[in-house]
Amino acid sequence: MKRIDVPMDEKTVRGLAVGDEVSLHGVIVTARDAGHKIMIEKRPDIVRPHLAGGVIYHCGPIMLERDGAWCAISAGPTTSIREEPYEASVIAEYGVRAVIGKGGMGEKTLAALKTLGAVYLHAVGGAAVYLAGFVRSVPGVYMLEELGVPEAFWLFEVDGFPAVVTMDASGRSLHADVAGRSAKVFDSLLGN
Amino acid sequence: MKKILPETCLEMLRLAATDLPPDVEQVMRDAARREAGGTAASAALGILIENIAMARAQSRPMCQDTGTNTWWIRHPENMSGRVIRSAVVAATRKAVKAGFLRPNSVDSVTGQNSGDGTGLLHPVVHLEQWARADLALDLLLKGGGCENVSAQMALPDVSISAGRDLEGVRRAVLLIVQKAQGKGCSPGVLGICIGGDRATGFAAAKEQLLRPLRDRNPDPLLADLEKRILAEANTLGVGPMGFGGATTLLGVKAVKAHRLPASFFVTVAYSCWSLRRAHARISRGRAAFAREPFVHKGR
Repeated sequence: MKRIDVPMDEKTVRGLAVGDEVSLHGVIVTARDAGHKIMIEKRPDIVRPHLAGGVIYHCGPIMLERDGAWCAISAGPTTSIREEPYEASVIAEYGVRAVIGKGGMGEKTLAALKTLGAVYLHAVGGAAVYLAGFVRSVPGVYMLEELGVPEAFWLFEVDGFPAVVTMDASGRSLHADVAGRSAKVFDSLLGN
Repeated sequence: MKKILPETCLEMLRLAATDLPPDVEQVMRDAARREAGGTAASAALGILIENIAMARAQSRPMCQDTGTNTWWIRHPENMSGRVIRSAVVAATRKAVKAGFLRPNSVDSVTGQNSGDGTGLLHPVVHLEQWARADLALDLLLKGGGCENVSAQMALPDVSISAGRDLEGVRRAVLLIVQKAQGKGCSPGVLGICIGGDRATGFAAAKEQLLRPLRDRNPDPLLADLEKRILAEANTLGVGPMGFGGATTLLGVKAVKAHRLPASFFVTVAYSCWSLRRAHARISRGRAAFAREPFVHKGR
């Protein structure tokens, strides 16, 4: 398990390879469908300081306010491929170094990871209580009113948040490998 | 009934979101034993099994996407469907407030989240009268990731040489599973409907997800198809989360519906590993909760 402190520099990112298990420490930012659309169409500055060398987490959490403080009740990853049209530009615009999600992303994002020096980290889909346990505090939230709880930009201070590198800055993608192998098995099952 | 019905619905929502049915947990444990130690697949299943226990112990939603809450409710002939629907809506609002459900209902034109988990055609309630005095309620929570990889194909399909027969169905379903990769949070469970029109195909396919995972299809042809697709899909190597591995599917459940001579649809409702069901019966003003569906029994 490699420890990653957020924000991180390009050298750290380029030292990561597909298959590496990592644990994240620092403040990460949730963003999903509406958030990515806004980051491309309006390029808001509010998230900029948190994303320089930072981490985007594809997550629409369940949050409750307890004694005036927000608490992450359930906070696993959401499917990343929906952000494929935006992610490469978001990484370039904000200087993001890592994206956490599930299911992997496509060729456009993979190319951006290589050129710009970033990685895709896979968290375990559906392990939402387990993963919420690594959120130590919620230092802020942006656009909660406009976007609603699942789509708002939440700041999560995490301590040891676990993930696996499945797309690295050398251009390798575990998802492309698995898809390619399974396509061959599929062909043979069809007798081709 | 005014009090017991919304209370029962609320408890069903809590149970479904936080307490995975034992048959589903068991197949997850079986899957964990099949994966080679030290792999990402094995680690992911280990974390998920831990997550299942944590969610149950802490009464927290095991997945933050608590999905569309879809209900199948059998009710006495003298009971108003309107009353039942409003009980489900009231329970949904309470469950959101309590943190058992995420506010998951978004206006598709304005993008505005209603904030209380309810909206147009949301939640989904299938009502059916029956000639009994009690109510039988079944609930499924199914998240967006796996809903997005659910699919329908019209046969014949020349690209995979799929004709209008069970062999064509097998080919179509395997293609849908291969295309889904890990995006629907594999290992998945398939509900399949062969036939119907487009709308009934999706509804019937989803209803198959209520079946206990170890039951046997009473139709021997469909039972064989389920078994074959399960075994073959698990040779695809997609594995848990799409990390590669031995378990791509946990179960396959199929049903058939009559179709028009011109149409032959194959519909797959893909569920993530987190197959969240709850079941209850209200009889003489008292609710009883069950871990297996009532809907496919005693009808």
